[in-house]
Amino acid sequence: MKNSEQHTSGLRRRTLFGRLGGMVLVVWGAATVGFLALRLVPGDPVDVMLGVHADVSESVRESVRADWGLADPPIMQYLAYLGRLVRGDLGTSYRLQSPVADIIGAQLVPTVALMTLALAVALVLAAGSALLARGARSRALLSMLELFAVSSPTFWTGLVLISIFGFGLGWFPVVATGGIAALVLPAVTLALPVAGIISQVFRQGLDAASALPFVDTVRARGATHARLVVRHTLRHAAANSVTLTGYIVGSLLGGSVLVETVFARPGLGRVALNAIINRDIPIVLGIIVLAAVVFSIVNLLVDLLADRIDPRLTAPAVYS
Amino acid sequence: MSGVFGQRTLQRRVPALLAAAFLLLLVMSAVAPALFTSADPLQTDVAAALLQPSRHHPFGTDQAGRDVFSRVLYGSRYSLVIGFGATAIALAIGLAVGAAAASMRRFGDGVLSRAIEIVMAFPEFLLALIVIAIIGPGESSLLIAVAIAVMPAYARVARVQTLVVRRAGYIEAARTLGVARTSTLLRHIIPNTLGPLLAMATMGVGTAIAAGAGLSFLGLGPKPPTPEWGLILSEGRNFLATAWWIAVFPGLVITATVIATSLLGRHLQFVSAGRRP
Repeated sequence: MKNSEQHTSGLRRRTLFGRLGGMVLVVWGAATVGFLALRLVPGDPVDVMLGVHADVSESVRESVRADWGLADPPIMQYLAYLGRLVRGDLGTSYRLQSPVADIIGAQLVPTVALMTLALAVALVLAAGSALLARGARSRALLSMLELFAVSSPTFWTGLVLISIFGFGLGWFPVVATGGIAALVLPAVTLALPVAGIISQVFRQGLDAASALPFVDTVRARGATHARLVVRHTLRHAAANSVTLTGYIVGSLLGGSVLVETVFARPGLGRVALNAIINRDIPIVLGIIVLAAVVFSIVNLLVDLLADRIDPRLTAPAVYS
Repeated sequence: MSGVFGQRTLQRRVPALLAAAFLLLLVMSAVAPALFTSADPLQTDVAAALLQPSRHHPFGTDQAGRDVFSRVLYGSRYSLVIGFGATAIALAIGLAVGAAAASMRRFGDGVLSRAIEIVMAFPEFLLALIVIAIIGPGESSLLIAVAIAVMPAYARVARVQTLVVRRAGYIEAARTLGVARTSTLLRHIIPNTLGPLLAMATMGVGTAIAAGAGLSFLGLGPKPPTPEWGLILSEGRNFLATAWWIAVFPGLVITATVIATSLLGRHLQFVSAGRRP
């Protein structure tokens, strides 16, 4: 048993380089699929740059195309695009005429702050409910709350929270003011569905872990329920739910588009939405590549983290 | 023993029955909204703007004096077309892709499964947003985007189900009798993988409706004054301080719809797994 586990862990470490290669492959794949798909988009980028109603002669259009390299054969455009990507250059926005990396970079902070606080709130809610739900009745209530949290659309929850805590009670500002108080309602809004998902998976993991024989041993030692959960079964549940991390990061990313619109906050979601509406292809492509990079890094970290949370992967199991 | 079992069965069935009743009402209001309201969802009346919920206007009126209840009822048609349409498209394509992956040799299956796995790591809403980014906003784009976004989940379950069914005795019997590969697939494997997929599709209808409403909330779908749930919410956002009801009621209906499809889907999952509900 011990041998096979060590073998698994060794296999993990050996394939770290393979995993890095896989990361590059995923990012390259996303960039390529994005590039190809956006090539197929109908419409002239020159219209996007100058506005559809701009009355310009065909010769001006030609020169704009030449300036932006849009007159080159597609394969050359693709290679040039990949070349720039390797150097960290995401291209230039058609509409704003400034580097995509700068536009994304300028809006990164508010979105990352929102996502981080939301993740913290979601984890606290999920862990709290895992600790509190013991009896059959509280578990039934909890699973109802989870269903409600997962089922209510983010944009609606946000509006309800604004009406109650913003306009009704006046506890929190209704629009983004830049302060931390203005971050509370958006973060809670973004956190609720994620908390519902984590809580569901946590509880399934806890139930599975509570059926294991070591639980009797811990109870026989006189440990309290809270200690049993925090020190032992929660760890098992966490090892299970770590695989959800990619999905959670995606939920937060997609949800931030809605939450930023509901609360009229600046951020990456707004940039993405405006780029989608205005057909600003370089920005859309930049965000797709960024999402692929974030996704790959998160998955790599999750794999490395799994070893630490579940000590059985690296060391023989001793529960004392 | 049997008495206790009967009571539990009944208790478990109640949520599913309530969910089915709610969804039936929703379908009826989509087919014939005039049965439930006499108000016109597009009729403006400035004198009756921003009225609180009352007997005449159960959900109140909006900034143009339109009846929110009637707008929500008429909006169910749009949402159900997105919900059922996108789910049906996703189910059909997912079943084909999944069954194909399972019947392929190791390499083809590996490539397809890996691709499904990567796409599945993203939530439906994010995927739908990416698809809209590529094909552009609009009413039909919305349907396509939601269908593509929910498709990988069906493909994955279809693949696993196909692999399970393929090991079943009757498939071996068919093969031993010399039935051709494609006709085994069409006549035995696909019908037997449908059960769990239908339970999943029931839940998927709710997911698709919520994703579609989210996209149109962002202004990527139909244009005002179309009575669409996400769009009503987004218009209500500007009047939250004075008229909470414009945004709150349509959202409540979306939430109820998603909950109803989840409950019914879970029930069908129990049934299709061969367990008593």
